[in-house]
Amino acid sequence: MKIVVDLNRCLSYGQCVFAAPNVFRFRGEQSLEYDYNPADELRIQVERAAAACPVRAISIGKDEHDDLDLTHRKGDYNEQ
Amino acid sequence: MTIWISLTGRETITSSKSVTTSFVSIDRVVIVGASLAGLRAAEALRDDGFTGHLTLIGNEPWEPYDRPPLSKSVLAGWLPIDHTTLPQLRDIQAEWILGVAAVGLDRQNHQVHLADGRLVDFDRLLIATGTRARPWVNQEEAALDGVFTLRTREDSSRLSTRLASGPKHVLVIGGGFTGSEVASVCRELGLPVTLAERGPTPLVGALGQAAGTVFAKWQRQYGVDLRCNVTVMALEGDTQGRLRRARLSDGDVLEIDVAVVALGAIRNVEWLHDAKLAADTRGVACDASCRAFDEDGMVTDDIFVAGDVARWPNPLYNGMLLSVEHWGNAVEQAKTAAHNMVCVPSERRPHKYLPAFWSNQFGVNIKSVGLPTIADEIVLTQGTAEERRFVAVYGQKGRIVAALAVNAPLLLPAYQALIEARAPFPPELYAADGPLKLRPVSAGFLPHGHTTHSPGAASTGPGPSTPEVQPIGKDADMLADPRIPLGPKSL
Amino acid sequence: MTQRYPHNKLFEEILDPANRHNPYPLYAQLRETPISQQEDGTYVVSTYREIEALLYDPRISSDQRKSTRGPPLKFRVRQREPEGSLPFVFLDPPDHNRLRRVVMHQFTPERVEGMRDYVIPLVDELLDAQRNRSQLDIVDDFAHPLPVRVISKMLGLPLEDRSRFEVWVSALVRTLEPPQNVSGEAEVEQRASQAAMQMKEYLRGLVTIRRDRPGDDLISALVVSTSHEDAGQMNEQEILASLQLLTLAGYETTVNSITNGVLTLLRNLDVLARLQRNPDMVIRTVEEVLRYEPPVQYLTRTTLTDINIADVTIPKGATVVLLLASGNRDPARFPDPDHFDPDRIDNEHFGFGRGIHYCVGAPLARMETHIALNALVRRLVNPRLVADPPPYRELASLRGPQHLAVTFDSLSD
Repeated sequence: MKIVVDLNRCLSYGQCVFAAPNVFRFRGEQSLEYDYNPADELRIQVERAAAACPVRAISIGKDEHDDLDLTHRKGDYNEQ
Repeated sequence: MTIWISLTGRETITSSKSVTTSFVSIDRVVIVGASLAGLRAAEALRDDGFTGHLTLIGNEPWEPYDRPPLSKSVLAGWLPIDHTTLPQLRDIQAEWILGVAAVGLDRQNHQVHLADGRLVDFDRLLIATGTRARPWVNQEEAALDGVFTLRTREDSSRLSTRLASGPKHVLVIGGGFTGSEVASVCRELGLPVTLAERGPTPLVGALGQAAGTVFAKWQRQYGVDLRCNVTVMALEGDTQGRLRRARLSDGDVLEIDVAVVALGAIRNVEWLHDAKLAADTRGVACDASCRAFDEDGMVTDDIFVAGDVARWPNPLYNGMLLSVEHWGNAVEQAKTAAHNMVCVPSERRPHKYLPAFWSNQFGVNIKSVGLPTIADEIVLTQGTAEERRFVAVYGQKGRIVAALAVNAPLLLPAYQALIEARAPFPPELYAADGPLKLRPVSAGFLPHGHTTHSPGAASTGPGPSTPEVQPIGKDADMLADPRIPLGPKSL
Repeated sequence: MTQRYPHNKLFEEILDPANRHNPYPLYAQLRETPISQQEDGTYVVSTYREIEALLYDPRISSDQRKSTRGPPLKFRVRQREPEGSLPFVFLDPPDHNRLRRVVMHQFTPERVEGMRDYVIPLVDELLDAQRNRSQLDIVDDFAHPLPVRVISKMLGLPLEDRSRFEVWVSALVRTLEPPQNVSGEAEVEQRASQAAMQMKEYLRGLVTIRRDRPGDDLISALVVSTSHEDAGQMNEQEILASLQLLTLAGYETTVNSITNGVLTLLRNLDVLARLQRNPDMVIRTVEEVLRYEPPVQYLTRTTLTDINIADVTIPKGATVVLLLASGNRDPARFPDPDHFDPDRIDNEHFGFGRGIHYCVGAPLARMETHIALNALVRRLVNPRLVADPPPYRELASLRGPQHLAVTFDSLSD
């Protein structure tokens, strides 16, 4: 799987490290480093990490097996 | 449509009329540049309802990958190089042309010329070609085995392998963010490293001398042989073309086997040479909606720009054109440009980006919001340098323009609000961990051109037609050649 | 139709136990004025944007001793402890940072993850005890004993002494609440002082034992680290205060996230059914519970200087209440905020706070709540609420049902 962390949004709360310590870690006290392409077996841990992040800095890539979808899709906002 | 801007800068649209009814019919969008900005633009185009043909062109043979880890966890050997591929956040149904460079733009016929001779038609074009590493000034010396630049994943892979083989002495040329991060990794790996910085401190271009002095101290505490106000005069090799020595301007001759040239970045605009756009070494000028200007200062309606290669008017700068090499800007500007490409004119939105960047080096997390480079003063507001945790605020003519947080990212959101409000400097904070009395000092930025390399963020003139400020005469040679020392400058 | 109250009396209404089961209409009234000064001088902040700004603002203090304007009687700091032994949640930087760092050095991802193999069988054990019954009390039978055992195991508190801890904890936690009347306050004070003293003595004894013979528990780790890598960073008074804090938090907060979660699921049976079909959904469901019915409804702060915010000037030394549960329901931030929607994408809630005091125990609480809710939903066949609303605990800040009676057809494996 593929992930990316917005390290500008990241404030080093560290909830991701608790949720997926094989994917996220701190170097020094506040510097997050991480594996952009963790093994698929770690998917649940990574999802916990993304959900637990208080500033929603973690984005998970769409599964490669998803159907192609050209039409408008709910992204970062809710439509009314 | 209501847009909520959170304290951490994220937009959330809380109500919206349907977007799908309001974009114009466009058949072909071409994005030149298949890195972070190009990918995010492609996703934003599909999010915004574009259903036509989408082409992404990248000169590197790789799917989009992230660059920040190349000078950190990849270089240190922790992260495998192929674990830096960026996620696609949605399906983009694009035609990918990778490993082929764009070499020309024919605006009349709306075509991009590729290096393999192909012509790619477009209704809308996004220029997202970014930057490349500035090479060492002497081509022969640059070709020596052991001389590296660091920008691409190939660069990082090769350098990482070389560092892992245990070189005897590494020389880093240039003490900006990349150079400092490389030096930090070298120390992590237990390698002797000298860092030569033309200015008075490392990071002086981005953060100024007052802050830079703190980082200089930490670098030395970490065992970096830091030489400031010093340049590398020449690199010398042996008969087999391997790097052996460096001659420094302080008279020292170092026995080195690896040199990392970290002299900043060059904007990839050469392919636009004949396109008559407002494109030069400062980047491609565009308006607030990311539409490119032509060389006469007229805005185009089908060519957009995003990312490191762009220069655009930023409200924080009172109309001056700003150019940054920021990850956050690549993402945000790509989305703005993509939206503006396919929507009706009345729904265009301006690119509003509060500059922000980060670095991780020597055990500390460095984060900044706003643009320190325009500041004249700086003041410590929380924490202390001794405890390696502090916040400092930058002011320009009595207004707050930026904040720097070292090992204190959680403290930064409060300052973002002050910057956006252009609050008075120095701020009245009475923070629990602040100094009893705030003591502003000169921020210590050097005059333009005096740093070793182009800074990662720069104000580049008041309008698209403003020519580059080229120092003329002997000053030009002196400033442009990184081997020529400037000597300590009083500020 | 909800009754409307004068703005400066709304917080008093929120504290009234009669409104405990549903304070949300009162929060909505309060949000009409983001910063609302109450009759007793407290400033109540009820909107998302302002709460977030203040949680990050360096001019805001968690140290009530700095409340120099003389806060209302009910929030006055109890000066029963000698200097330097307030737990770090009630301290500002730099002391807060120093103490929290020492604790975080031991409250590691490895230690938290290591509790998973304890929590999973324990959850099943607590449920197995309900076999052959048709009704259980989620609080007494499940949501309370689970975190108590977990924190005891993690800290190394002997389980056989937990009834003593229950008494101490409930006496201490009442001091977070305003008493109903002045004479009540004196009694609450007295019991809290006694409890604090006794609990500290007990913990001091435990610390001494662990110093001689360290185990693999958190108390041992703290005792050892403060003699070695973190020497000089935390004295004994501070160790005891930190342990007291962790115990209190362990006893009194996760019980509410679990119970509030069960209550919300039983009120939204479609979500419960989806969770049964797709257990991975518990991740998003728990985040939405933390938004919708947070275990901590509000935080108290003071100001180090005058603060201008939302057209109001909060004076230096004032008492400020940050109404997290109201911010979580702010329509300016969350579309359709009163709709319980686990699919909500943009869910940056205040369930664990924000800023430097962000809940230390959050990873443990999330783990327990994930496992607890999944097990309940999987094993209770046809669960139904007996009484809605259920009876609530007295506390307004640490809010949750006192009992949650649930009937069920059977217990599956």
